[in-house]
Amino acid sequence: MKLRPDIVGISLILVLAPFWLPLVHGYEALGTRVLVLGLAAMSLNFLLGFTGVLSFGHAAYFGLGAYGCGFALKYLAPSTPLAILCGMLLGTIAGALLGALIVRRRGVYFAMVTIAFGQVFYFIAFRWNTLTGGDDGLRGFSRQPIDLGFTTINIADNLTALYYFVLVCFAIAVGLMGLLLRSPFGRTLLAIRENERRARFLGLPIEQHIWLSFVISCAFMSMAGALYALLNNFADPKGLHYTQSGDFVIMAVLGGMRSFWGPLLGAAVFVVLQDSLSSMTTNWQSWIGVMFVIVVLFFPRGLLGFLRRKSQA
Amino acid sequence: MDTQLILFNGFNGLIVGAFYVLMALGLSLILNLSGVINFAHGGFLAVGGYLAYTLTPYIGFWPSLLVAPTLTAILGVVIERTMVRRLYGRDPLYSLLLTFGLAFIFEDMTRAIWGAQGVPFAPPEYLSQPISLDLFFVTYYRLFMMAVVFIAVLALFMFLRYTRIGVRIRAGTLDLETVSALGVNVRALRTLNFAVGIFLAGLAGVLAGGNLSLEPTMGANVLMPSFVAIIVGGVGSLPGTLVGGLLIGVAAGLTSVWFPSASEAVIYVIMAVVLLVRPRGLMGEEGVMT
Repeated sequence: MKLRPDIVGISLILVLAPFWLPLVHGYEALGTRVLVLGLAAMSLNFLLGFTGVLSFGHAAYFGLGAYGCGFALKYLAPSTPLAILCGMLLGTIAGALLGALIVRRRGVYFAMVTIAFGQVFYFIAFRWNTLTGGDDGLRGFSRQPIDLGFTTINIADNLTALYYFVLVCFAIAVGLMGLLLRSPFGRTLLAIRENERRARFLGLPIEQHIWLSFVISCAFMSMAGALYALLNNFADPKGLHYTQSGDFVIMAVLGGMRSFWGPLLGAAVFVVLQDSLSSMTTNWQSWIGVMFVIVVLFFPRGLLGFLRRKSQA
Repeated sequence: MDTQLILFNGFNGLIVGAFYVLMALGLSLILNLSGVINFAHGGFLAVGGYLAYTLTPYIGFWPSLLVAPTLTAILGVVIERTMVRRLYGRDPLYSLLLTFGLAFIFEDMTRAIWGAQGVPFAPPEYLSQPISLDLFFVTYYRLFMMAVVFIAVLALFMFLRYTRIGVRIRAGTLDLETVSALGVNVRALRTLNFAVGIFLAGLAGVLAGGNLSLEPTMGANVLMPSFVAIIVGGVGSLPGTLVGGLLIGVAAGLTSVWFPSASEAVIYVIMAVVLLVRPRGLMGEEGVMT
C-alpha cells in the first residue's frame, strides 16, 4: 500500500500534539476534546457527507454512549474497555431501533424526525433523577487504568497517557470508517448519495444500506460519547440535547463534509473558537450563532472545500 | 381519581396544545412552501412576547396584541430577504443550520436586552379572574387565549381557502414550478408566506407571555413539541398540524395527572406510534415532502 501524504501528515500532527500544543498556548485536555468531538463529527459525516442523509439528532447517540459508559463504570465494574463497550452497545441499539422507524423518510422529513426523536433521550436523562442524576448529570464514576497484562497504562491521572489512549481509539474508529468507505459497501453509499433513484433502478436495497450506514454512524458516535464521558468523568444531559446535534453538524460543514478529514478540522476550529470565546465574552452563544450564519452563507463547502477550490482556480 | 384534577390537567393541555398549534402552523406554512425548517421560530416567538411587554405601557394591551406580532413579522421579512432567501432550492441542511444559528443569536439578544430573569407580563386585571371557584384554573384570560387562537386559525384557513394569494400559496406547496410558470411572483409569495408564519409565532409569544411569564428560552421550549405536532399530523397538511398540536398538548396534560415526569416524553411515544402505524402522519398524503 502506498503511503498517503494526508494520512502521514495528520498522524504526525496528532501523535506529536502533546509536544507542540503547549507552544501555542494549548493544553492536553483541549487536544483530547478535539479528538473526541472530531471523531463524533466524522461519525456523523459518515451519514451526512457520504450517504447524503441529514440526521440532525445525532447528539442522542453521543449522549447515550456517554451515559452507557458512566453506568458501566458506576454500577457494573471498574473497567474502562468494558465501559466503552457498554456505551457503544447502548447507542448502537438505540440507533438500530430508531433507524428502522425513520429509514424510509427523506430530506427535511428525515431531519425533523431525527431531531424530535433525539429529544426523547434528553428528557429521559433529565427526568429520571434516581438513575441519571437528572439536570446535574451522571457523576460518581471515574476512568480506570488500562491493564494490558504486562503493564498498566495509567489514564486515570496522567493526561498525556489519556490523550494517547483516546488517539488509539480514534485511529481504530477512523481507520474502520475509512476502510468501510473504500469497500463496495461504501461505494454503494456514495451511489445513493449521488442519485438515489438510479441506485434503486440498479436493484440496490436502498433502505437496508441507509439503515446500516445509520447504525454504523451511531456506533462510532456512541464511542465518541463514551470517550467524552471518560475524559470528563461525567455524563451531561446537555450532551443529548438537539443543540449539541447542531454543533456536530456545523463541525462537519465547517470543515467540509465532502472530505474525509474535514469534520476533524471543523471540530478543531469549533472547539478552539468556543474555548476562547467563552473565556472572552458572556455573549459567546451569539458569536457561535454568527459563525453558523457566516459558514452557511459564505463557506457552504467548508474550509477544505474552500481551499481546494482556491487552489484549483 | 379526582375529576377536578383530570379536568385541570386536561384543560392545561388544551391551552398548551393551542400554543403548539400556533407555532406549528407557522412552521408548517414555511416548511411547505419553501422547504425550510425554521429553527429560529422559537426565537421569533420570544421576540413577539417581549415586544408586547415593552409596548404595553405605551399603547396598552389590546393594540400590542396586534402591533407586536406585526413588528415580529417585519423582522422576519428582513431576515428572509437578507439571508433565508439565498438558500431556497439548496440542500435543506443549509437553511436548517442558518436558522439554528439565528436561534442562538435571538436567544442571546433577548437575554442581553431584556435580562436573563423572566419578566412578568400581566394581561388586564379583568381578564385574570377565574370564571368560577370550582373551576379556579379556567380564567377569563385562558378562555380569551383560546378564542384568539381559534380566530387566528380560522382566519388563516379562510385566507388560504378564499383569497387569491392564499390559493397561490396552496398551489405553490404542491407544485411551485408550475405556479411560477403561470406568472406568479414566487419570490414575493414566499416572503409573504414567511411573514404570515412569523406573525403567528409572534402572536403565540404575546399570548404565552400573558399566560406564564416571559423568558429568553420560552421559544426554544415549544419548538420541539411543534415539530412533533407537524410530524404526527403529517408533513404537508395544515389541518393535520392543527390536529397534531391539540392531540399532543392534551396527551401531555393528561399524562401529568398520573405520571408527571413522563409528560414531556409521551409526545415522542405518540410520534413513534404514528410513524409505525401510519408513516405519513395522521392526515399526511403519501409522496408529499417525504
